[in-house]
Amino acid sequence: MSSAKISHADAPASATGNNIRFVLDGAVVSVADVSATTTVLEYLRETVGRTGTKEGCAEGDCGACTVVLGETTVDGDMRYRAINSCIRFLPTIDGKELVTVESLAGDGDTLHPVQQAMVDQHASQCGFCTPGFVMSLFALYLHNPLPQREDVLDALAGNLCRCTGYRPIIDAGCSLPAYVAPERWSRAAAQDSRHATLLKSIQRDKMLTMPGFRAPRNIDELASAYAAAPQSLLLAGGTDIGLWVTKQLRELPPIIYLGEVDELQRIDATPARLRIGAAVALTDAWEVIFARHPTLRELAQRFASPPVRNSGTLCGNIANGSPIGDAMPALIVLGARIELRCGANTREIALEDFYLGYQKKDLAPGEFVVAVKIPAQQPATLLASYKLSKRIDQDISAVCAAFAITLKDDRIDAVRIAFGGMAAVPARARVTEEALLNQVWNQATIDTAITALAQDFKPLSDMRASDRYRLRGAGNLLQRFFLEHNDETPLLRTHQALSSLSSTTDTTP
Amino acid sequence: MNNVAASAATSAEIAESAPIAGQSVRHESAHLHVSGRAIYADDIALPANTLHAAFGISRIAHGNITSLDLTTVLAAPGVIAIATPADIPGENNYGGIIHDDPIFTDTLVQYAGQPIFAVAAETCIAARKAAARAQITYAELPPVLDIRSALAAQNFVMPSRHLLRGNPDEAMKSAPHRLRGTVTMGGQDHFYLEGQIAIAIPHEDGAMLIHCSTQHPTEVQNIVAHALHRPAHAITVLCRRMGGGFGGKESQPALIAAAAAILANKTGRPVKLRLDRDADMLITGKRHDFLADYEVGFDADGRLCALKLMLASRCGYSADLSGPIADRAVCHLDNAYFLEHVDITTHLCKTNTVSNTAFRGFGGPQGMLIIERIIDDIARVRGLDPLAVRRRNYYGIGERNTTHYGHVIEDNILDTITDQLEASSDYQTRRAALVEWNAQNKIIKRGIALTPIKFGISFNATVYNQAGALVHIYTDGTVLLNHGGTEMGQGLYTKVAQVVATEFGLPLSAIRTSATDTSKVPNTSATAASSGADLNGKAAQAAAQTLRDRLVAHACQTHQLTADQVHFADGHVYLGPQHRVNFKDLVASAYTARISLSSTGFYATPKIHWDRSRFNGRPFFYFTYGAAVSEVAIDTLTGETQLLRVDILQDVGISLNPAIDLGQIEGAYLQGVGWLTSEELHWNGKGELKTHAPSTYKIPSVRDWPLHANIRLLEHEPNREDTIHRSKAVGEPPLMLCISAFLAIRDAVAACGKSGALPELDAPATPEAVLRAIDSVRHDGAHP
Repeated sequence: MSSAKISHADAPASATGNNIRFVLDGAVVSVADVSATTTVLEYLRETVGRTGTKEGCAEGDCGACTVVLGETTVDGDMRYRAINSCIRFLPTIDGKELVTVESLAGDGDTLHPVQQAMVDQHASQCGFCTPGFVMSLFALYLHNPLPQREDVLDALAGNLCRCTGYRPIIDAGCSLPAYVAPERWSRAAAQDSRHATLLKSIQRDKMLTMPGFRAPRNIDELASAYAAAPQSLLLAGGTDIGLWVTKQLRELPPIIYLGEVDELQRIDATPARLRIGAAVALTDAWEVIFARHPTLRELAQRFASPPVRNSGTLCGNIANGSPIGDAMPALIVLGARIELRCGANTREIALEDFYLGYQKKDLAPGEFVVAVKIPAQQPATLLASYKLSKRIDQDISAVCAAFAITLKDDRIDAVRIAFGGMAAVPARARVTEEALLNQVWNQATIDTAITALAQDFKPLSDMRASDRYRLRGAGNLLQRFFLEHNDETPLLRTHQALSSLSSTTDTTP
Repeated sequence: MNNVAASAATSAEIAESAPIAGQSVRHESAHLHVSGRAIYADDIALPANTLHAAFGISRIAHGNITSLDLTTVLAAPGVIAIATPADIPGENNYGGIIHDDPIFTDTLVQYAGQPIFAVAAETCIAARKAAARAQITYAELPPVLDIRSALAAQNFVMPSRHLLRGNPDEAMKSAPHRLRGTVTMGGQDHFYLEGQIAIAIPHEDGAMLIHCSTQHPTEVQNIVAHALHRPAHAITVLCRRMGGGFGGKESQPALIAAAAAILANKTGRPVKLRLDRDADMLITGKRHDFLADYEVGFDADGRLCALKLMLASRCGYSADLSGPIADRAVCHLDNAYFLEHVDITTHLCKTNTVSNTAFRGFGGPQGMLIIERIIDDIARVRGLDPLAVRRRNYYGIGERNTTHYGHVIEDNILDTITDQLEASSDYQTRRAALVEWNAQNKIIKRGIALTPIKFGISFNATVYNQAGALVHIYTDGTVLLNHGGTEMGQGLYTKVAQVVATEFGLPLSAIRTSATDTSKVPNTSATAASSGADLNGKAAQAAAQTLRDRLVAHACQTHQLTADQVHFADGHVYLGPQHRVNFKDLVASAYTARISLSSTGFYATPKIHWDRSRFNGRPFFYFTYGAAVSEVAIDTLTGETQLLRVDILQDVGISLNPAIDLGQIEGAYLQGVGWLTSEELHWNGKGELKTHAPSTYKIPSVRDWPLHANIRLLEHEPNREDTIHRSKAVGEPPLMLCISAFLAIRDAVAACGKSGALPELDAPATPEAVLRAIDSVRHDGAHP
């Protein structure tokens, strides 16, 4: 990457039309001659020599590479979010503001409050993960003036530390409101119009085109570009495709990037349905989904990590078609449909019909996912999605289950059950559903249905779980769902045991 | 000294300045960590002609290479050179003790991931891509993958060993109760956030400079010297800091450094070799998984009468540190308990998996988990409170105080700690409340356990218990400190700097610690066995005291004072009751008087001796103690667990730095909890490790720290031995506090069955393992 040409110039857009341009520390950076798959981390460390940002895993799972990306919202405000720089390709930050750990401290070594809080709480030991934690806390700091402990935990769910046990880092996050606003990167300074103005100066009229990379600006451009070159690779958040480069060392086909396509950024909410565009980040998608379906909140929180959710897209999770994508079971039981487009032609299919086999989808060459549509549910529908994994945060499911059951009196009037991790594709449990439909909503029915699961699925054994545990777990999640929606609900979740303890968190010194 | 401005000072002023040793000063690099300015090996600016290297590794677990065609590798874009065994001028080995670890294997492949060659290219990515292009064919052999198979085949990396004390056969026969069982536990990847890395830079006349992330610079130096067939004086190894070590950078970095050095030697250009996460996890060793078949005899109150144990560890394909690790497992199998009649056999199982290595605790955690599981079994079979059974078996004071390896325990504070923690954690009340909860709640069960630790401090092998330091004072009064210990985040540099600052009465800002450097302090021991501050603190103190004595002698001479009238405090030197001078002015005066302002210091731990062949001696200078109470909830539908609360009381003697010690305790505890719960290493039937990245290998994350945590340092208990400022080692001991979390889970599982049930819960207690254990107690009922 050392051959990359960088210029720090406010050159007119036309002269640098094929350069990647972004804002770093108050200046426009213009980069030419980089490979389309150069990661932001690679660029920072190897071209600019900003080595504060670290590589811990090169797959977005440890957070050592966390940086913050600033964009203008539709209201013209600045919005800053943490992302994993190790799997984010540099061309995709064109037109955005990049903030790294080196950006935060003020003159004369004055640390930013998130940095000072980490020092004050003795929250670094080996220090290698620390810049990533600092940046995740920085993103929290900018959008949440009074973070509660839960907010801090959520913000740090994508950062691994092997030394501290996390306590002092959590304390640092919780102590942020006690610090005086810094001169640099206070909440007010982050909203200073200079940021938005500078960003505006590097927005484009025409698509960014460079060798192996195109970023269409509207859906017609996208459709024609893809139809003309169906061997191209569609890239959205890159939280999976990034790993093809960093882990599998693959040479990618020419990339068509979805992140600048205007129509794909939209969320349309009507009483009848939600429609979420293909470039909408998981963070935003989940927010509107669990606002409508509050019982999906836990799934939303446990879906990957904030930096992954900030880059990755819901439709990317769908189009990827992994058998263990966590969104699919819930979307399938919600009756989600996807809009597809190929050239000028559009069609719409049920999400569950999209998956034909392992890594096989009902997609024609040149066809792409435009949006997912989630219909409103009948008011009486009981809805839940659960996942089983070895760790609560940032883990891939052994089993992910979703249930939607509508009761009429005491009978099951409608039922949709779907699982991830149980088959080669995310799939409905048709035999189990059959065993439940029109039956009385009681334990005997559930017992029968649990037995039926073995006819629906013959799961695999792998490093996440054995076939036996998957089948057992799947049945027991149905059991949990029943108990959770029963008149005499027992305590069902381990965290409920916490309330029985007195609140005595105390640590010396 | 006529040009030195002296000013009056009162003795009160001197008394006010508390020594820096003992204060919770921040980590010396904290401000650098948080701002991204701390430089790790991967951040070092490289010479322009530096090459980047990658290993070519075996994809099979066991077999012979029948052909190795590297022409496509060499032809790949950017490739400059390839190194195979033929390119090693000296010895093709990086094994520190037994020379059975080839840098590049020649024909016999012994694990999936074993390095076969290395390639150097213009960029890192070019090297990695090229390495993957090798055409290798194998004649595959059946792999031996697990402990039982290795035992059956008598496949060992070193001879089995035996410890016998008392008459266990007789005592077993006459014991009122007997129980047999098996304890198994998985291994653990270190998952230091900074992967293995080395940079080899050729210098003039055959010399080579190595930057390496290593806990053991001297071993890296020696292995590289042997591989290049150069004298040790030609090789310099530097390490300013590591991004975590945990034992994983004790013997493993020698491989990385040697491969980089071989390529640097061949090309004459600097070579950097940084493993990515997957390569790191596939190629480098892990904590040993262990299996123990035991028979224990005990009385009605759960007091141990006899213990017979077969202890087998999975070593992987080579010995590495497996021998000492098994020995330490044996030496910690007693934990806090007096074993009068005991028979332990160890088998070091050779398997076609990566060679397992040092990991925080070094066999201690495995040994201690075994005895704690046995005690737990005894308590459950007898229907007793496990804590009561533990206390009945504690070592005595003045009696029942000789370990099974002949070490008389002189500093037992188990009762003090247990009394305090039992009270402060409200253990008994909470235990009673749990019974009620478990009776009322069908799905969510809770469990609690209090477990103690007693951990021996010193390397078992007496020779390693030595350290050197080098202290310079410059004429502006600032001090440059160097010692043989390495900084991996544990705060060693901070603590040793505190010791030196205290000797000179200087603020910490006056002390700088330079990178650990084999050309400054030679023949260092690994920074391991929790010994870093004990050894290097004493060595640095000795160097500082030598210099201070010179300054005192100079002051006495120039001011006509006696030595007891000279004191160093708050940046000044107090000369009798009336005068003080700035430290730097005294230093400048000493320089003018042509007094040496540089000194080495040396320390060798006293009192220790160890007869390995007889499993007997006093291997440890002292013991560190502690105890923890963990409480958990488990979901009996899914096997998911949640740590609800932890209370810890840890002995650190008089802490050198309470904030750093607290960090060590908390971090060790959670790291241990990871080992015993979510961290599962999974090999498939072909011997391929399928958990080689954080996507599949789950170390604890932020939500795994319990909401309710009461972590305290034991107060008013100075080390009874003359350690540095009467402190105690803290790196490893608190890791074993995690056993309380594991046994709390087991306690909750037991609540799903009849009284007396013995849950078959192996570590790690993943949701699947917990659900399986719940099934076992529900189906099997009470133990006969």
